[in-house]
Order: sequence, then structure tokens, then C-alpha cells
Amino acid sequence: MKQYILPAIRITFFCFIFFCGAYSLLILGIAQIAPDKGEGQTLAVNNKIIGYALEGQSFTKDKYFNGRPSAAGYNAAGSSGSNKGPSNPEYLKDVQNRIDSFLVHNPNVKKENIASDLVTASGSGLDPDISIEAAIVQVGRIAKARNIGVEKIRSLIDTHAERPFLGIEKVNVLKLNIALDQLK
Amino acid sequence: MNTEIFGVMLMILLTVLLAIPLGSYIGKVYSGDRTWLDPVFAPLDRLFCKAGGINPDKEMNWKQHLLALLTINFIWFIFSMLLLMNMGWLPLNPDANPSMSADLAFNTSISFISNTNLQHYSGESGVSYLGQLVLMLFQFISAAAGMAACAVVFKAMKEKHAGKLGNFYNYFIKSCTRILLPISIVVAIILVFNGTPMTFKGKDRFISLQGDTVQVSRGPAAAMIAIKQVGTNGGGYFGANSAHPLENPNYFTNIVEDVCILLIPIAMIFALGYILKRKKFAWMIFAVMMVGFLLLLIPAVYYEMKGNPGIGKMGITQPLGSMEGKEVRFGSAASAYWGISTTVTSNGSVNAMHDSFTPLTGMFAMLGMMINSFFGGVGVGFLNFYIFIIIAVFISGLMVGRTPEFLGKKIEAKEMKIAAIIALLHPFLILAGTAIAAHLYAGNPTAYASWLNNPGNHGFSEMLYEFTSSSANNGSGFEGLGDNTAFWNISCGIVMLLARFLPIIGPVAIAGSLAAKKYVPETVGTLQTDTSTFGIMVFAVILIIAALSFFPALSLGPIAEYFSLYRS
Repeated sequence: MKQYILPAIRITFFCFIFFCGAYSLLILGIAQIAPDKGEGQTLAVNNKIIGYALEGQSFTKDKYFNGRPSAAGYNAAGSSGSNKGPSNPEYLKDVQNRIDSFLVHNPNVKKENIASDLVTASGSGLDPDISIEAAIVQVGRIAKARNIGVEKIRSLIDTHAERPFLGIEKVNVLKLNIALDQLK
Repeated sequence: MNTEIFGVMLMILLTVLLAIPLGSYIGKVYSGDRTWLDPVFAPLDRLFCKAGGINPDKEMNWKQHLLALLTINFIWFIFSMLLLMNMGWLPLNPDANPSMSADLAFNTSISFISNTNLQHYSGESGVSYLGQLVLMLFQFISAAAGMAACAVVFKAMKEKHAGKLGNFYNYFIKSCTRILLPISIVVAIILVFNGTPMTFKGKDRFISLQGDTVQVSRGPAAAMIAIKQVGTNGGGYFGANSAHPLENPNYFTNIVEDVCILLIPIAMIFALGYILKRKKFAWMIFAVMMVGFLLLLIPAVYYEMKGNPGIGKMGITQPLGSMEGKEVRFGSAASAYWGISTTVTSNGSVNAMHDSFTPLTGMFAMLGMMINSFFGGVGVGFLNFYIFIIIAVFISGLMVGRTPEFLGKKIEAKEMKIAAIIALLHPFLILAGTAIAAHLYAGNPTAYASWLNNPGNHGFSEMLYEFTSSSANNGSGFEGLGDNTAFWNISCGIVMLLARFLPIIGPVAIAGSLAAKKYVPETVGTLQTDTSTFGIMVFAVILIIAALSFFPALSLGPIAEYFSLYRS
């Protein structure tokens, strides 16, 4: 047995040094030349950090674009999805309540125009994006809350919309709301 | 919507195009042939061998291979237990996360040495940075151990008469350094430049636009995420795995990460073709696996893109598909694709919550794990498929009334007994485990109320999925299951342990025993194993075993849920 145990211990120790040490430090070193030094890209307003570009945050006020429902309450130190099954009656009741509450806050919106991503919780609870339809359907409410023209807000969505060659057309809620605050 | 499907097709194409050359490269590595990376890796391998005190040229027979493999895994288990139960006070713990309880450490240790990466903890709060780094170490070495076992079987299939099947440590080290490491470095760099953190600083804190105080978990994530995708590990850095925006920042990284899930499992097939010099045989295996994969994939994508009928009834249109548990930047098609690719291989990382998949997508994900050999885990996926080949050869032999032969070796009672036991072990572990759990729950639903996050058939699916995932060494979950309890930690730990090592021991023993037999030259009467007829035969064997074993359980879970949801 000794001929198996000794090499096993020695290789394991060396792998520990190599992968936990050398490999990690190599990637850490390369991260230093990445745009955000591997610390996560932050967004600032008036030189004050107000969030991470990749992570969504909670927007509940009428004057902001609201993001998707989050099972984690947008806790960036504890991501999670709802893990509700599609047929769970309690879950379907939750969705119905979200629809009702959306209609209360947006009285001029017709039910069939509510984008489904606004009434379903994301996988991470930190989804930074909403679909463009989900942004457009909130324009009326925000225009009223801020007393700004609908057209101005719509064009704001247009400038912030990401329409990639592949993948989903979407808009980053935090970036959009920062721009919204800067609208005169 | 069409670009979503286009994205899925692109991923499949990209994976296969990359896997073919990678396969010949892997074949060269295991055969000891020259490769263009030799100048870099030859000195590194020598360093590993010197540090380990190993002579890489010392030949081993199949029993010695297994002894070496089991011993080193045992050392890893002890090391992991010690570390996970003490990391709270060890260095590199800026967020002051606690050490694990004994049962959780038992589960996590087995989970990571068995290449499963089932996680009953959450990355942000359950492990220190040192813990994460050591779990990352296991992602390298557990994958390499599986690949080394596979290399032994490849070698045994090639040898005409042999007790000399190469050196285990040599295969193991080369798998680490020459295959897993370079791919991981490339992927980690891509991730870092797309915004995935790689830092040893602790949590950040800021005040959000709306005025809430928010804490942000960070850490040395990019290095770990790369290998967890490449080595069919799947254990994520953050709790939400690759659904987390820092773990998988955009559509492009999603393509990269998803391609990596299938890359080595597919490449191993082409490596076999290279080593045996039987390209047609490799293409036959690839075709069987690909057809199986597509049969699971296409309906899964269809149902996710169609949306949840329960929400449709409320008068909401769902142009994006079923979005519960999914991220907008990936969409439903890419999420369904990931769901199937992660379950047919034993990867188990997720970019959407499987618990919230529509019923049949959840079922196809489970079926992928139940079959566990449509590509399968790195190395071990082929070992599972090897068992099905042996059974198919045997049945075909019986059908034509000849002694079954495979690659010039007679398959006899001993090999068949091992193959049958291994083929039945997987359904046994899944169904027995689920039966015990369901029995406990049904006996006292109030005492075990915290187990299930969903009622009815879906609740049953949560338990079935957990044991399926454990036994397939997959590691994904219907995460609504309250699984950090002594029952789940210990029972899943035992299942993972048995389901990892017996299906390695079995095929290695069969291959070793076949290699030692006398070579029977091929004649016109020999069963041809590289034809489409034989491919269909293998496919039928897989289908019959899976269908007979799992159909009753699946009809209690996802199938019943499907009918309740889509009725009326």
C-alpha cells in the first residue's frame, strides 16, 4: 500500500501548490490588465459608486424603471431563484398578484401588453436587464411621475437598448435609471 | 426569436468543430505522441513527476490502476474533510464565513472528489476563499482522475494481449496539465475580460440609486468558473451558478461556457478513434450520442420557448418564453440548451433554475442524467457508454447465435455479469433513494415540510431529481429542495460515492480482463461494431434500459405535472 499512499500524498500536495497557487495567481495577474482589474465593474454618479454594472438592484419607486421580480430581494451577497414549479398554485397566485399590482401602478396599460419578464422572477435574483417591451410598457407611468414627455423617455430607451446580432434585445435597468435621473 | 434558435445551432456547431481537433490532440497526449505544446508541458510534467516521486514509464495492470486511483481519492477525501471543517479560522476568509458541519462537509467532500459538485451550501456564505480554491483544485483533479480511468480503458481496448496498460499517474498528470489547464486558462481570461471577478478582496458595499445599502459578494471566481465548465464539474462560485451575472456576464460568455460543457466529453470520443485508429467506430459512437442528445434537446427548447400555460391563462403573452428562473440576457432557448447539455454530460452547472422549467423540460433533463452516457462526464461518460456497448455486443451475439466478440476479444460470463451489475446500479440507486425519501415524506409531511418547495407531482420530482443528479454525478438540482439536512447530506453522499467509483471499477475491470484474453482475428462472420446497424442496436439497448427503469417514476413526477398543467 505504501507505494500508492506516498505518491498520492505528494502529488496532491503539489497539485494544491500548483492549481490553488500558481494557476490562481496567473489568472489574478492577468485580471490586473482587465478593464476593472477583476474587481467588478462599478457605476458612479457624482464620483460616488451607486452600483455594479452587471448586477441588478431593487427599483420599486414609480419614477424609476422597475426591474424583474427577485426571489433574493436583489441581495448581491446571496443570489437565488424562486425555484417555484410551473404548476405550483401558490406561485401562480404570486404571478397574478404581480400582474394586478402592475396594473394598479400603470393604469393605462392593457394586460396583454405586460411583458412576461416583469412578472416572473429571474434565475439569479440579480438580473440586471429587462426586455425592451418591458421598458416601453413602463414609460407612461414614469412620464407621469417625473412630469417629463413620453417621447423623451422613449428615446432614452432607444439609446440604451442593446440589440445584439445574436441573443435577446434588452436594456440594462440600472444604466437606464441613471440616465433617467440626468434627464432635465 | 429566430436568433435564439440560431444561437443554439451555433453552439452545437462550434462545439463539434472544436471537439474534433481537440480529440486528436487528446489521443496524441494519451498515446505519448508528439504535440506542438510539448516544449511547454514536457518540463511541467517532469516537475509533477519529480514532486510526486513517480516514474511515469512504469507500466501498470488494471488492478494497479484501480488501486492508485482509489488511494489518491481517499487522500483527497481526508484532505477535503479537514479543510472544509476548519476553513472558518484558516486564512483567506475576508467575509468570515463559517466552517461546515460534519454532515455537510461529508456531502461536499464526496461531491467534489466524485466530480459531482452537488452543492448543499451557497457559495457566497458557505465557504471561505481558501475553501473555494481547494474546491477548485478538486475540480481539476477529480476530472483528471475520470479521464485517466478512461485512458486506461482506451489503452486496454487497443492492446492485443497485455497486462501493460500504461501508468495511472502519467495519465492523471497529463490530463491535468495538458488538457484541462490550457483550456481553463483561455476560458478564465475570456471571463475576466467580460467582467467576472478575480480578486481576493472581500465583500463590497455601496448605497444604491434608490437608497438601499447593498453588499456585493466577490472573490477569485474566474479561475474556478473556467474549470467547473471544462471538467464537467459544475460547482459554481456563486449560489445561482452561471445564472449569476458575475459568473456568466453576457450572451457571449454564455456561448463560451456552454461550449465548454460538451467540449471534452465529445472530444474524448474522437480521442478514442485516434488511439484505436478506428475513426469510423468513433463516428458511430458520436452519432448515437448526438441523436440521443438532440432528441432530448429539441422538445426542451420547444417547451421553454412556448412559455408557461399557467401564466398564459392569465392573459399575459410570453414572446420570450417561460421566464421564471431565467435571465433576460440568455433567453429561454439558450437556457433550455444549457439545461440539456449540462445534464447529458455530468456537468451540473446551470444558467437557469431547473426547478422552474416546464414539466417536460425538467423530465428531459432528468432523462439525460438517467442515461448519463450521451457524451457524459469527462472520461466517465465513455465508461458508461462502454457498458452499453458490451451489452449490445452480447445481445447481438445471441441474436445471430455466435460467441459475442468485441474488437477481437470474446465477451464471456464474467464481463457480462459486471456489465449487468453496473447497468442496473444506476437505476437502483436513484429509485431506492427516491423511494426512501418519498416514504419518509409521505409518512410525516409536517415533520419534513421544509424539504419540498412545491406541492404535488412537482414535489416528487424535486426528490427524484436530487437522487438522479447524485447518482449521475451531475450536481445540478431542483434547488427548491431543502437539502442541507442530515438525511439529504448523508444519503446523497453515499449515492454519489457508489455511483462514482463502481462505474469506474466495472469498465476498467472488463477492459483489463478483455485485454488479457487471446486475440481472435476478424472473419466475415465477426460482428461489425462500426456500422449504423450496431449504432441502432446500442441506442435501442440504452433506450430499453432507461425506459423500463425510469418510466414509472417519471410518470409520477413530470409527466403527471405536464398533464395537470396542459389539461384544458
